[in-house]
Amino acid sequence: MSNGAFALKRAGFGVTARRDAWWIQPLVTFAVFSAFIVYSTWAGMQGEYYHFGPYLSPFYSPELFGESPHRWIDAVKPTWWPAWMLWSPAFFVVPFPIGFRLTCYYYRGAYYKAFWADPPNCAVGEPRKGYLGENAFPLILQNLHRYFLIPALALIAILAYDAWVALWFKNATTGVYEFGLGVGSIVLALNAFLLGGYTLGCHSLRHLVGGGLDRMSESPARMVSWRCVSCLNNRHMRWAWFSLVWVGFTDLYVRLCAMGIWTDWRII
Amino acid sequence: MATATFKIWRGDTEGGEYGEYQTEVSEGMVVLDAVHQIQAERAHDLAVRWNCKAGKCGSCSAEVNGMPKLMCMTRLSDINLNEPVTIQPVKAFPIIRDLVCDVSWNFRAKKKIKPFKPREADAADGTWRMAQEDVDRVQEFRKCIECFLCQDVCHVLRDHDLHEQFIGPRLFVYTAALEMHPLDEEDRTGDLAAEFGVGYCNITKCCTKVCPEDITITDNAIIPLKERVVDTHYDPIRMLVRKLRGG
Repeated sequence: MSNGAFALKRAGFGVTARRDAWWIQPLVTFAVFSAFIVYSTWAGMQGEYYHFGPYLSPFYSPELFGESPHRWIDAVKPTWWPAWMLWSPAFFVVPFPIGFRLTCYYYRGAYYKAFWADPPNCAVGEPRKGYLGENAFPLILQNLHRYFLIPALALIAILAYDAWVALWFKNATTGVYEFGLGVGSIVLALNAFLLGGYTLGCHSLRHLVGGGLDRMSESPARMVSWRCVSCLNNRHMRWAWFSLVWVGFTDLYVRLCAMGIWTDWRII
Repeated sequence: MATATFKIWRGDTEGGEYGEYQTEVSEGMVVLDAVHQIQAERAHDLAVRWNCKAGKCGSCSAEVNGMPKLMCMTRLSDINLNEPVTIQPVKAFPIIRDLVCDVSWNFRAKKKIKPFKPREADAADGTWRMAQEDVDRVQEFRKCIECFLCQDVCHVLRDHDLHEQFIGPRLFVYTAALEMHPLDEEDRTGDLAAEFGVGYCNITKCCTKVCPEDITITDNAIIPLKERVVDTHYDPIRMLVRKLRGG
């Protein structure tokens, strides 16, 4: 159907009759997402200052290879890693949460607005006429979000374990690990909690646990799971924002402690 | 009594322009009241569609200061009256005159959706049994009053004019009400992927934002439908399993 006769049709880029500050939302999204991308890329490529005492940066967890006591395999890096190529233990971790967030339904809507202006905001004119949506490559790959969910769920378990480990401090004199609580322990625990709230409220998870059924009452366990996921899903955007900011801050906290710039205060 | 200025779109398929009107406003008035007052006082030929004045008929959809809204549910006290209030018809559909648009495309597109197809009756008397919690989910979708504000704000229809390839949020809500119904046996995922163009939705959530019935259109209707389409069209493991089972 063509609406060409309608004189008000097809406003130019940014043209709108809206009176509110519609540009603030995409601008803030653009600024925060860009800052996170720049910081996380930089931090992930450093390969140092990513652990401090019992704390391990979430960008480096699980540390499959590495130099810290948290590493899973007793080697600094894989033997097959090309000598000329930059190495960081984060290279085995970061692609999974990045893939999960990039394909997340909330983030998709947010970055299509903020980075592609498609549209810049509701009822605001767009810069392009052509539009393929998520029907063609590469955006058709967004449909694989559920496959990024699997490592994301595993990461939650690993980060929860890291938060537990962050409660056990090595006694410098006896060498025995003793229970304790530092500010960093709280930072890591909160990180696992926020990432858990974000991941467990995932739209794909909601579908997989029960949303795909029309008669959920015949599968009571799936219905309960669907309700639990739906409960978190109601606030998916908030979980997404808080967890994004906090995971960046957690890395920064561990990094600055490891660099000796910040002091990790012990509470217990 | 205060005086407010309203810029109302006056025109038809040939084009038009904003007419500027001043009228007195008082406490408790909504935008539709002001439009009626202007119509009575100085623009007797102003075309505006309305019916219930209670946010239930979905007739008085328009764009107030650029945002799709029901005029009868938009209080003047929520608008800055120090500046002229802009009122224009919805953009996603062809104008007939002034604030009235031809929304009949929605009803034609609706006919493409496969109708409700219940399973065989559960009881000998030809009746069915449903669990309340199974129908609870689709009750939300039945709140829709077909104001088509969601269709208007959706950039796929509004800016890209993809009416032939995309049925829009309202009709996804309708499809979801059928597709998720505990008695329904019809499979609409093929249509959703192809003819209905669910892949064009890029989850801006603008439809949810403007819905006067507070239907969580994106999260509860469109995304679950997208996930069902992923099950049948894009999930390689499910596709392999279906193939192995001879499906």
